[in-house]
Amino acid sequence: MTGYLLRRVGGAIVVLLGLSIIVYALFYLAPKDPAILTCGKGCTPDRLAEVRAAMGLDASPPAQYWEFLRGLFLGRDFPAGPDVRHCPAPCLGYSFETDQPVTKLLTDRLPVSASLAIGAEILSLAVGIGAGLLSGLRRFRILDRIVNGLILAGYAVPVFLVGLFLLLLFCVRLQWLPFPTYVPFTTDPAAWAENLILPWIALAVIQSAAYARLTRAGVQESLAEDHVRTARAYGIPEGRIVRTRALRGALVPLVTLTAIDLAAIMASAVLTETMFGLPGVGQLLVGAVNQIDLPVVVGVTLLTGFLVVVANAVADLLYAAVDPRVQLR
Amino acid sequence: MTLFRRLLDDRAFLTGAVIAGVMVLVALFAPLLTALAGQDPTTFHPELLDSARGGVPLHGITADHWLGVEPGTGRDLFARVVYGARVSLGVAVSALALQLLIGVGIGVAAGLGGRYTDAVLSRLTDLTLAFPLLVLAIALLAIVPQSWPRPALLAVVIALLGWGGTARIARGETLSLKTRDYVSAARVSGAGTLLVARREILPGLAAPVLTYAALILPSNMITEAGLSFLGVGVRPPTPSWGQMLSSATTWFRADPMYVFVPGALLFVTLLAFVLVANGVRRVVDPRQREVLR
Amino acid sequence: MTLLSVRDLRIGFGNTQAVDGLSFDLEAGGALGIVGESGSGKSATALALLGLHGEARIEGSIDFDGLELTSASEDQLRAIRGAGIAMVFQEPLTALSPFHRVGDQIAEVYRLHTGATRKAARERAVEVLRQVHIADPERRARAYPHEFSGGMRQRALIAMALACNPRLIVADEPTTALDVTVQAQILDLLDEVRTATGAALLLISHDLGVVAGSTDDVIVMRRGAVVEAGATDQVLVTPRAAYTKDLLAAVPKPSPARVIQGGPLLRVSGVSKRFRKFTAVDDVTLDVREGETLGIVGESGAGKTTLSRMMVGLIPPDRGSITLAGADIARRRGRSVQMVFQDPMSSLNPRRTVGESIADPLRLLGELAPRVTIEALLVRVGLAPSHYDSYPHQLSGGMRQRVGIARALAPSPRLIVCDEPVSSLDVTTQAQVLALLEDIRLERELTMVFVTHDLAVLRQIADRVVVMHDGAVAEMGDVASVYDQPQHAYTKELLAAIPVADPLEARRRRALRRAGLDGAGLDAEPLGATQIE
Repeated sequence: MTGYLLRRVGGAIVVLLGLSIIVYALFYLAPKDPAILTCGKGCTPDRLAEVRAAMGLDASPPAQYWEFLRGLFLGRDFPAGPDVRHCPAPCLGYSFETDQPVTKLLTDRLPVSASLAIGAEILSLAVGIGAGLLSGLRRFRILDRIVNGLILAGYAVPVFLVGLFLLLLFCVRLQWLPFPTYVPFTTDPAAWAENLILPWIALAVIQSAAYARLTRAGVQESLAEDHVRTARAYGIPEGRIVRTRALRGALVPLVTLTAIDLAAIMASAVLTETMFGLPGVGQLLVGAVNQIDLPVVVGVTLLTGFLVVVANAVADLLYAAVDPRVQLR
Repeated sequence: MTLFRRLLDDRAFLTGAVIAGVMVLVALFAPLLTALAGQDPTTFHPELLDSARGGVPLHGITADHWLGVEPGTGRDLFARVVYGARVSLGVAVSALALQLLIGVGIGVAAGLGGRYTDAVLSRLTDLTLAFPLLVLAIALLAIVPQSWPRPALLAVVIALLGWGGTARIARGETLSLKTRDYVSAARVSGAGTLLVARREILPGLAAPVLTYAALILPSNMITEAGLSFLGVGVRPPTPSWGQMLSSATTWFRADPMYVFVPGALLFVTLLAFVLVANGVRRVVDPRQREVLR
Repeated sequence: MTLLSVRDLRIGFGNTQAVDGLSFDLEAGGALGIVGESGSGKSATALALLGLHGEARIEGSIDFDGLELTSASEDQLRAIRGAGIAMVFQEPLTALSPFHRVGDQIAEVYRLHTGATRKAARERAVEVLRQVHIADPERRARAYPHEFSGGMRQRALIAMALACNPRLIVADEPTTALDVTVQAQILDLLDEVRTATGAALLLISHDLGVVAGSTDDVIVMRRGAVVEAGATDQVLVTPRAAYTKDLLAAVPKPSPARVIQGGPLLRVSGVSKRFRKFTAVDDVTLDVREGETLGIVGESGAGKTTLSRMMVGLIPPDRGSITLAGADIARRRGRSVQMVFQDPMSSLNPRRTVGESIADPLRLLGELAPRVTIEALLVRVGLAPSHYDSYPHQLSGGMRQRVGIARALAPSPRLIVCDEPVSSLDVTTQAQVLALLEDIRLERELTMVFVTHDLAVLRQIADRVVVMHDGAVAEMGDVASVYDQPQHAYTKELLAAIPVADPLEARRRRALRRAGLDGAGLDAEPLGATQIE
């Protein structure tokens, strides 16, 4: 267990370092110079050098990367005109565009993305497991067909198409709901949910299809297993077999997938956030990429990588928790 | 032969195949079709727009403009949609070809290679599978110079980031195939690794990899549309369905037709390819009578 | 008193009739064996007894203790299952739920049928686990099935069967997946619990040796119909039906000893092989003499398959050397050594024709148009020239194994290594394939290494025997001396465990086993779990 955790953490550090190097390297290959963009029109060479220094762009790329790493663990100082601005660890630098600390930008955006991810996951799991179970038990043919259709449609629609359709239907045509804007949960829970319901549905249409498919396959496979035959041969009622054996078997892959999906939505629901105008992490990334805002892009990718790595570890732990045959070592 | 017969008995597959086939033809003959319509995808027609209402088209479907015109620019919608099919399918198919090449290569190498080759290649595969690729794709596409050919670039980016699934399947199948006794028999008779790979492994990979590939194709189309929707994919004036949908978001109160045409086309085409994939899978793997797994 | 009375039972799936007019009676406390090869309908019968036949059509009558099971309601059937009739299945590895503790699974069944409290049910679970000789049953009741060895799992299933004091235990091939020594233990246990609890036993097997010592009466089935029925002592000693005679004749018999003059052809010296932390083969030294058949015998995990694969150069040894006529085996592949594999399903590429598979070794040796040669080979192994263009799935198991032999013969090797070549075949097919191998060996003056778990087969075919245990050679010598005067304790245990088709001899051996090793060596290492690294 300890060995497993150590290896996990070690692996995570390697992945995150690799990721940040790749993103850094990409930006230095980019044809645009962010200092010129920031300096704007009528920029003098002196002014440009000053801007460069303030942005931390005056050193060589490896040196800059080294500074970045130091800042991440120890904090770092930026020259700001005559003064010095201290950025405490974990420092991801300041946005070139808005001059705000990247950590603050991320912590501002994360609740939005988390709200989106958690709600969408709950909805997807409820619909997906329900539909998958009902069709996996093969009680009603017609239901089987409906779920089949749902699963195929889930594969065939891009999330922004669902989003457009929902907006058109509920906000333009029927006018049942306002155009989504983000209201923090702490401000007004009802408004929070009302504004997020459409994005949740849009994501759930796609996500629940995957869960339905997985649940159904799991239930059907479990029901065909020898130990289910044993249970039947010992008179255990069918309902109990489904609950304690079939669903249990189907749960194993589902649990791990949920952890990973949660992280994926939190970090990269770019399309959904853009579609519904939600100020989440994904939207931050799109904006930053278009502005060549290096610190923000690095920050978002690192956050994404971090979430993914953590989610994978959590998935492993959950896997070991739901399946006694699995040992972590 | 019987496989083919069973495919022809599958109504859902047939419907999908016909629609997908038509879309492929449309993409191939886009210039011919637009010439028939007497339009092209890039000419502006400001005279057809209602400037008083911010550029909404004056007319809907007309004899000249079979699907009407774009709001704001007045470009012919039919021509743009037809050329959009070209981009969408072209990018998806070329990305698929690259993905299969990379994925099968890495998967077979990992499966047949030694413990360390396998460990390194598998980790790499896991990484590309675990990481939300959209994020990297966006970063990558935003940085490369504008002058590079966009559709080709998209195909390469989608392929570079999306070969993981194929590699995982190819590796798994290779690992299972290489323990079969017929592979051992070939090696006892003196066949080398390359001969074993070519004669005993690759033919066995064809079915599982191709059934999976059938599913990647629509998924590639979704990725392309998504990237273009975000504005980092195909750039104007080259038309793309995702990009059209993106600009449609600003028009959908005033001109719903502009959302409907590319949206419906995208959905129908995707559904058609998914139905084809599903049909192929059900026939190739008769144990799995159910939908896509 | 008659406990179970089956009259004119017919079971059909689709267009096939799995069971066609089966009738028998089983007395309370009695033991009945049903013997038949695959497709005889014996398993379908077992499932029908519990109403678990699914979509199958059932006709006739099954009377259990006064209740007609074919027309019983689902609730009535459910009350009978486990409490009246308890079933022991073939695959102990998968027959228990992997998600629940062994004790809980037994307690669940007990509570369901008796309405006992949780505590009482847990105690009952421990009690029956003790009854089937699971050591430390309180602790083991809290273990998961994957923490048990194969034999222990089968014991746990028998414990589950005992939990509700059933009147009848149905055991469907209960030992087929187990090693021979474990098989003997399980059969002894079934016999013991029958005597102890007074439950009747219906024992279903493909192996005459399994039913011989454990049953009073026996039914021989073939293609869904009864061929012969009667007292076990009578049917297995003086069979009347031709098919029963065939079955008994197919049981391997010792053959007269030969004198082998050849010098060593294949030399294995000091060979070891490890897989991660597991030592598969540990310092093995042996010679294979020119012209002999060397038998290698051992149970699962003994290292015999690894050794055989090293002998043909498929796996390089970690230490030691293997030479064929003086040259390292890695450089002698193809022409000199060939292999016949166990599973005729996986040993032929399903996508290529039989002829193409046989042609491979010849093509590699430079023969460009081998069709004529191959057709002659196909005829030699008892197939038709036209089978050249068949695909493996169009052939039966026995035919595929003949193809495997033809492929091994194609490059005219000096040595053929056979890895369990007949263990997946029915007894009658097994006898035919063994006879073919022996014919070909004589005709071509081949040297043969024959790897198997089946001591009886070896006694028939081998000149010398190597007994392997835990990766090492336990004993080596001429067939006659090893079988008649075994020196090593493990060899003795193996020999005592061989199932024999003679009921008297089977009972004598059981008595010997009970006297010899009472409960010793029962709990082997648990089988591994999935590990995430």
